[in-house]
Amino acid sequence: MAASFVSPPTSPLVGFLGSALLLSSFAMLSMRRMASLVRIFALQGILLTLSTLSVALAAGEPHLLFSALFTLAFKVLLLPILLFRLLERLHIRGEVEVLLNVPVTMVAGLFVVVFSFALAAPISEMANTVSRGLIGVGLAALLLSFLMMITRRKAVTQVLGFLGMENALFFSAINATYGMPMVVELGVAFDVLVGTFVFGIFFFQIRETFESFDLKHMDNTPTE
Amino acid sequence: MILVLMILSPIAGALVLGLFGHRKIAPVLNIAFSLLTFFLTLILGEEVSLHGPLIALDENLFADSFSSLFLVITGGVAATTSFFSLRYMTIEAAHGRLTPERTRLYLALYQIFVLTMIVVLASNNLGLLWVALEGATLATVLLVGWTRTPAAIKASWKYFILCGVGIAQALFGTILLYFASEKTLGPGGTALLLTHLETVKAQLEPTVMSLAFVFFVVGYGTKVGLVPLHNWLPDAHAEGPTPISAVLSGLLLNVALYAILRVKSLADGAIHSAMPSNLLMGFGLASVLLASISMWKRQDIKRLFAYSSIEHMGLATLAFGIGGPLATFAGLLHMTTHSLVKSAIFFAVGHIVQTSGSQKIPSIREVALRTPGLARALLAGGFAITGLPPFALFASELLIITEAVKRIPLAVPFLLLALFVTFGVLIFRILEISEGGPSLTAKPVSSLPKLTFFPIWIHLGLALILGTVFPATLYSAYQKALLVLGGPLGG
Amino acid sequence: MALDPSSSFHGPYGLAISLLQMTFVLFMAPLLYGWIGTVRAILQNRSPAGILQPWRNLARLFRKEMILPEGHSPLFLVVPPLFFSIMAVAALLVPFLGTSPPLAPVADAVTLVGLFSLARFAMAMAAMDLGTPFGDMGGRREMMVAFLTEPATLMILFTVSLWSGSTAIPAILASFSKGPLPFHPSLLIAAMAFILVFLGENARLPIDNPSTHLELTMIHEAMLLEYSGPLLALMEWGSMQKLLLYLLLGIDFFVPAGIPRTFALSGLLEGGLLLLGKLFILGALLALIESLFAKLRIFRVPEFTALAYLLSTLGFLLHFVLEG
Repeated sequence: MAASFVSPPTSPLVGFLGSALLLSSFAMLSMRRMASLVRIFALQGILLTLSTLSVALAAGEPHLLFSALFTLAFKVLLLPILLFRLLERLHIRGEVEVLLNVPVTMVAGLFVVVFSFALAAPISEMANTVSRGLIGVGLAALLLSFLMMITRRKAVTQVLGFLGMENALFFSAINATYGMPMVVELGVAFDVLVGTFVFGIFFFQIRETFESFDLKHMDNTPTE
Repeated sequence: MILVLMILSPIAGALVLGLFGHRKIAPVLNIAFSLLTFFLTLILGEEVSLHGPLIALDENLFADSFSSLFLVITGGVAATTSFFSLRYMTIEAAHGRLTPERTRLYLALYQIFVLTMIVVLASNNLGLLWVALEGATLATVLLVGWTRTPAAIKASWKYFILCGVGIAQALFGTILLYFASEKTLGPGGTALLLTHLETVKAQLEPTVMSLAFVFFVVGYGTKVGLVPLHNWLPDAHAEGPTPISAVLSGLLLNVALYAILRVKSLADGAIHSAMPSNLLMGFGLASVLLASISMWKRQDIKRLFAYSSIEHMGLATLAFGIGGPLATFAGLLHMTTHSLVKSAIFFAVGHIVQTSGSQKIPSIREVALRTPGLARALLAGGFAITGLPPFALFASELLIITEAVKRIPLAVPFLLLALFVTFGVLIFRILEISEGGPSLTAKPVSSLPKLTFFPIWIHLGLALILGTVFPATLYSAYQKALLVLGGPLGG
Repeated sequence: MALDPSSSFHGPYGLAISLLQMTFVLFMAPLLYGWIGTVRAILQNRSPAGILQPWRNLARLFRKEMILPEGHSPLFLVVPPLFFSIMAVAALLVPFLGTSPPLAPVADAVTLVGLFSLARFAMAMAAMDLGTPFGDMGGRREMMVAFLTEPATLMILFTVSLWSGSTAIPAILASFSKGPLPFHPSLLIAAMAFILVFLGENARLPIDNPSTHLELTMIHEAMLLEYSGPLLALMEWGSMQKLLLYLLLGIDFFVPAGIPRTFALSGLLEGGLLLLGKLFILGALLALIESLFAKLRIFRVPEFTALAYLLSTLGFLLHFVLEG
């Protein structure tokens, strides 16, 4: 392999936005109110947009500008608005019920971060993007959202975990390779959009059937 | 050209059924479109075997002998299942459990589901493959929860979340793969195309590829139902409408395993170690063992066969992990026969559940007296799925075990034990059902027309042919598929 | 660079510098306390008691008679002077008038954390000495807060010491003064963690309310409940010093610009004024934070401290990923 290029160090601004994104993943993990969870998700979308923008400028990749614009429209505006309307129409308020208490989740999250950084370290060394250090951050954010889905009981929280995972994946793609080919990115976005609608349909079905969004009511449903 | 047509057919089907799915004629239209798709896959298979791989649509679509084999299976089983759907839906409607709107939803989603699977199999772009496989989840998730009972909604939610999480891991794998290949193939379109990747796979960075492969296996493995990622599978199979259980088991699991095999071929080229094979063997073995334990004491008949699907997909995964022409051939044969036999069993089970109104084994024991035809079909299917000769699963399981003895002798005792446990449990349960229950008062109510059994016997007949005669044309199709996956069988 | 000056501060000049540092901290600590209280009062639309109020309080306490509770052990008497003197010694180790104070060879940040930890331990022991329920409760709660803030403090230290490869504070300062301070995500996160640790360690809102004696929520005050007169004054004065020292540490790590490299007289004056400016701004910020947040319920405190630990560790880890 031609290793003649000199890998540039991660640019500080890109690095900072990446760290902020990781923090927002932790914030989602620790939020107790449903509405603040959606707000953090929107904030994460903003960070994602800024991060994409900064990578686009630092690396001189104009096609990433479209990705940034798209992220802004989709993840900062469309999805949070849909989610807020959903919360409103379904009258979801109140606290997120957690399986593990927050400090324990946080410590578990730290292990996840260490694990992901260690896993991504050899890969980052091979990357030649301006944001190579952030592959580990992307992986960590992915696994943190995963952790959130495991430790949360309510349907809406699981959806937010799901969307958080998608954010992390998008972030990784931007930082590892300056984004996937456009066709793929659009396809993925389409899937996420359809997925969100399916989630919406689900919420109504779940409420009709269980009169609650706590999955523990589902657990009590006999299956056998 | 034929590639594009083959994809257009289910698209047209989805559109037409989305518009007219509530009409009386719609289920027949569903059959017509499914048959058309099947017909097109057959033509494609013929073309590929005569002229070699096909490529279309800016290199995004592609079919070689390996994918065309699965395209034909998918087209075929989807077509017979559409027959079964017709009967199943007629009976559901007679029970008053259906509205025209729901039928429309069902039929349109059915076509979309077929579409996504065909796109997975015909995609040359690993990114699009991911998109299509995720699309398959989205299409089936509403189908699984279609009956809207609490249990069904719970099952489909579980299915959605677990597969969504799983498939996200596969997207990370795709990103890593793109990351590795972009260095050699350059950024942009070609770096995710299988045809290009295959030519440069030896130059892909091994560290990145190992990590990517792990993510792929975890991601797509969730959809295959590999233990410990299988949790959604029994629920989705048990609570969804039976035609959907049939296509989930018979087709979707295969398609997901197909995706893993494509990536494994790349990983094997890049990584010069046995890691990919060992990973598959580990997952496969775990699936076989855990599935056989879980089948013990299952009272729900659909759940029982769902665990059997986990076991068989585990066996196939194990075979591909063992590798070499013989085991790979066994894996392919196993996947083919399993989709034929398992969907046939679900056809029978679907009608049995409909006539007795329950999925619990004790309460469906009168089925033998009510509808002897169904009992016979279930019995035959049971023999086929447990790997009794002369059905083809016997041949493939035998081959897998022989190869396992050579490669992983220490695992063989457990493998054999698991196989015998599943054999015993399944045969015992099926005999329990088909020999009739204690209630001798039930009258035969065989109101099912002869045509009902037609898809079942076609599937079982094919499984029989594959296990006995194995015609030369089919043999050459498998040989060519093996060429893609490594090497042909000697002799 | 710059680790050798220890030798140049031996003798009377070094002693003078050390005395200057200690005096500054002793004198300044109540003033800062008063300043924070004043800003808080203004922010909350109360009329402030003035910057000098803590000084007046201390003076009054020293004049008061000392009432010793029944059943106290010698420990009860020993702890207040011990606590006070630990803080006074710590004042010698934190550089703030110049980057390398005379006691630089022992000015290791870990030593400092050890000193603070010893002081805390002593205080908690004294609180439990009498066996009164409030003392017990206060001591237990103090330890509960500490069990995560201490590792967090250490992680912050390790993060800031990554550039110098040494936990000696002068070395850390030297590594930061190598040029214009670049923008480091890990330092930013470590600073956030430090704020949380600061609030927890010094019994400020939202962990503890320094201005109430509400028995169900208090931590720090509960430990001092049995003290009176001069002993109480020593404890309070020590705590004020601790607050100041933490602020000085924060300045060293996160806003070190302008600390003179040598103890030349002209620089000392300029640096001292700059330092006072920083302290007043930070004190005002602290007052602002305290006005914005309500006190956490006590069982949420571990979450708060866990967050501090989390942030500090993240900052540490991110250094390797982003700046390595």
